[in-house]
Amino acid sequence: MKILVPVKRVASLDDEFELNDDGRDVDPDFCEFDLNEFDEYALEAAVQIKEAAPEGSVEVVVLTIGPDDADDVLRKALAKGADRAIRVDDAGLEEADRVAIARVIAKVAENEEPGLVLCGAQSADQGNAQTGMSVAALLGWARTAVVSKLDFTPGAATAQVERELEGGLVERIEVETPAVLTIQLGINTPRYASLRSIKQANAKPIECLTPHDVGLADAEIGGAGALSRVRRVFVPERGRGEIIAGTPSQQVARLLEIISEVNG
Amino acid sequence: MSGILILAEHRRGTLRDATLEAIGAAGTLKAALGGPVTVLVIAADPAPLVAAVSVGAVDEVITVARPDAATYEPHVYEAVLRAVIAQRSPSLVLMPHSVDSFSLAPAVAIGEGLGFATDVFGVAVEDGQVVATRAGYNEKVFVEIDFPGRSGVLLTLRGGAFAPETAAASPTVSALDAGAGAARSKHLDWRDPPASGGIDIPGSPFILSIGRGVGDEANVAQFLELAEGLGATLGCSRPIADNGWLPKARQVGQSGQLAAKCNLYIAMGISGSVQHQWGMKHVENIVAINKDPEASIFTIARYGIVGDMLEIAEELRKQKGIQ
Repeated sequence: MKILVPVKRVASLDDEFELNDDGRDVDPDFCEFDLNEFDEYALEAAVQIKEAAPEGSVEVVVLTIGPDDADDVLRKALAKGADRAIRVDDAGLEEADRVAIARVIAKVAENEEPGLVLCGAQSADQGNAQTGMSVAALLGWARTAVVSKLDFTPGAATAQVERELEGGLVERIEVETPAVLTIQLGINTPRYASLRSIKQANAKPIECLTPHDVGLADAEIGGAGALSRVRRVFVPERGRGEIIAGTPSQQVARLLEIISEVNG
Repeated sequence: MSGILILAEHRRGTLRDATLEAIGAAGTLKAALGGPVTVLVIAADPAPLVAAVSVGAVDEVITVARPDAATYEPHVYEAVLRAVIAQRSPSLVLMPHSVDSFSLAPAVAIGEGLGFATDVFGVAVEDGQVVATRAGYNEKVFVEIDFPGRSGVLLTLRGGAFAPETAAASPTVSALDAGAGAARSKHLDWRDPPASGGIDIPGSPFILSIGRGVGDEANVAQFLELAEGLGATLGCSRPIADNGWLPKARQVGQSGQLAAKCNLYIAMGISGSVQHQWGMKHVENIVAINKDPEASIFTIARYGIVGDMLEIAEELRKQKGIQ
């Protein structure tokens, strides 16, 4: 059985950043990229299922959609226990929204026929919480969002999961498989990659495909497959509070003043 | 294509406040977008929830009673909601940006070909078209989203972004037999968050809260002493509770506690994720202490100190004479 883990390369912005000329996104030159934190937990959940199963019976496949540079997050995933990596090049996906990205992932899932798709609950940079559950909808598979505990034996017809709700309430449910689950932070403790596994990961091939290669039609690619369009990105005008300057001793003196002013 | 449809979110027999916020948002958009404003209640027994959604601009309540909707089930809700949308063709569908909606909204938007945006905190109508505003890049920019060619749009709304509507109204109420579809997951049981052990984040007027900046478990204990010495309740952000460094009852944020009665909130080493802000951004006096001058916590703080939380903590202990 395969477990497919789609991962995202998330961006954090430099202190100073500029927008693209069309004003619809941040210029990527001002971004630093890393593997989405939520996806690290999804990957670890997949690797733990593999390790609990008979050796060689489960293959963890990671997938990302992006340019050449996005291979970095796949290498990181390979070093943390994934067996195989696929990158679908994002040329032609400039106008894609999360649903259009999910169309690519769903096609790869149709081709790979995994028993489970595990995604991060959301991305740390944009936080749409759309991609994973859109993949489920496109595949017509059962789905559960924000999973904080997962019990699944490869081959079983259902998985027992806990989903974490607002306020820390937990609902325990049983969900049909194959299923798409989105994974919450804290479900496990993602492992660190050893130097040896990093070396091995760097030697592994990464399968590179185009949206057409995976079987998408023109009407499903990029903007054509999207349900939304970014019209404008802007930096909001926000009031900044009083910044307390000085030495730590002066800062704390002022802080104690504030505490006694507010608490009366 | 007209009207605004709101899906009521309820749990264990109680309507969730976020639904009243969606009704509030619909009230502000009704004039520009056109009515009616309709609330859909899906439940095993919807009748007891009708009064709670009969508020504000609501013109109509549709109830769908299904035994397989005794608890929220995404595939059942998807079938019902899609049937109602297909029948009514609303120009706008609203639901909370909640864990339940995560597993529902994408399937409905894709299935019905609706424009789609999530975690939206601003909605405008321009020339009859919906434009949504949300944040991007970890709250550092705002993003305006439009939906070319879509006659209906589905939005999930950020908690706390729209004023809730509570004034009683007298909508028409009709029962509908809607939707085929079957459950593909089964509710087993609920597990309430562990007992708080006397820790009262919701009731505390003064909270000192720590985040990832604390660095190491060995540094946590001193903050319990510091909070006590200052007369504050110690709170924390999610990673601290996930690591087991502090009990979940101290976690402030969407999957933890709401600092409901707080008047002074000192956030130390907390960058300020949306989920954390949900629990505390309403507090009148927020002091942010963080090494990163660009941390988003500073955008909601009344006072800020750019510095190392451990150094500031040491200085606090010294000046307050806390051992």
